[in-house]
Amino acid sequence: MSELTRRSVLRGAVTGVAAAAFTGVALGLPVALAARGTGNDTGNDIDNTAGSVPHTGPEAFDETYRGRRIHGAPRAAGGHHHGGPGYAVFVDGKELHVMQNADSSWISVVNHYETFATPRAAARAAVLELQGAALVPVAV
Amino acid sequence: MAVRQNQANLTAAQKRAFTDAVLELKRSGRYDDFVTTHNAFIMSDVDNGERVGHRSPSFLPWHRRFLLEFEQALQSVDSSVMLPYWDWTRDRTASASLWGADFLGGDGRASDAQVTTGPFAFNSGRWAVNVRVDSRNYLRRQLGGGGRPLPTRAEVDSVLAMPVYDMAPWNSQSNGFRNHLEGWRGVNLHNRVHVWVGGQMGTGVSPNDPVFWLHHCFIDKLWADWQRLHPTSPYLPAAGTPDVVDLRDTMKPWNDITPADLLDHTSRYTYA
Repeated sequence: MSELTRRSVLRGAVTGVAAAAFTGVALGLPVALAARGTGNDTGNDIDNTAGSVPHTGPEAFDETYRGRRIHGAPRAAGGHHHGGPGYAVFVDGKELHVMQNADSSWISVVNHYETFATPRAAARAAVLELQGAALVPVAV
Repeated sequence: MAVRQNQANLTAAQKRAFTDAVLELKRSGRYDDFVTTHNAFIMSDVDNGERVGHRSPSFLPWHRRFLLEFEQALQSVDSSVMLPYWDWTRDRTASASLWGADFLGGDGRASDAQVTTGPFAFNSGRWAVNVRVDSRNYLRRQLGGGGRPLPTRAEVDSVLAMPVYDMAPWNSQSNGFRNHLEGWRGVNLHNRVHVWVGGQMGTGVSPNDPVFWLHHCFIDKLWADWQRLHPTSPYLPAAGTPDVVDLRDTMKPWNDITPADLLDHTSRYTYA
């Protein structure tokens, strides 16, 4: 496999509806999403709903994805920390730092420079990027 | 005069001086302090709260100061070293000399994206990734693996043509030059290059890959190019804006320098 397509093929293999979803992005979802290009289409594989519910936020999820348990949920009341999201995401029980953008898309510390429609999509992209590695707390 | 050059024009001796100085900062522990600082801002810069290093008007002056600090650290090791820049509109493939074993080393291998050539390969024994978000302690790259090519010169020119520096709401949704250059909107320049390199470059601890400095040096040059194209367009916002760095506000973590202090780079270095 050529180096140029290795990662996109890896992702494409698990995101069968990506091409169709990308058409939708091009037709009018927020600019930050449209700018993601074909390589970032893991964000479109399931629940491309964040743009339509910016005030209620995404719902909880809990699933096994490529052998990793990913789950996410709104933080308990009072769980907000210095402007961070009121939503926490975990991969195999280790927290994945996520952040919601002003256009309601999401990024994580593992894929910081590309946006995803939902925290679940960000978690799935992180699983692919981790290739089996465990998240560790980041020294700050 | 201190001149920052296109990395493609460096001599073999200049490449060696640069990578040797980087390795010495790594050995002494100073390099990892830069990684930690960058990630701290990545994680705390938010669209609806305080933002300094990213997704805000001070993205450009913050990184200009960050690069100056790194360049000075390199020069404390070897006074001849200047930061080079990577013009990714011209050197756009994994076969570019940038990725040679005599400079930054090449693409990651297929199995685990580990870089195995050049001075920053884990097996060289001199480049462990210590400040990290996951358990892997080796430098990784997946050049072009995201599928989207590097930005073109035409795309760069379309962003340089934008006459206004930045606009409300002064975050990742803003219209204007800064946010199109940073890449949260429009053709996406800066963010896309991070994704193109992949590995640590796609994460909050992106300075773990030394190409971070060459990428941001080109971003810094594009800011200077934009200023020359729009000599009457000021840094914005000017004053009184919540959560963002106005023209004469000091920037964390230094607290002693403002965007106004950094608008003219020519007293410190020029670009060739």
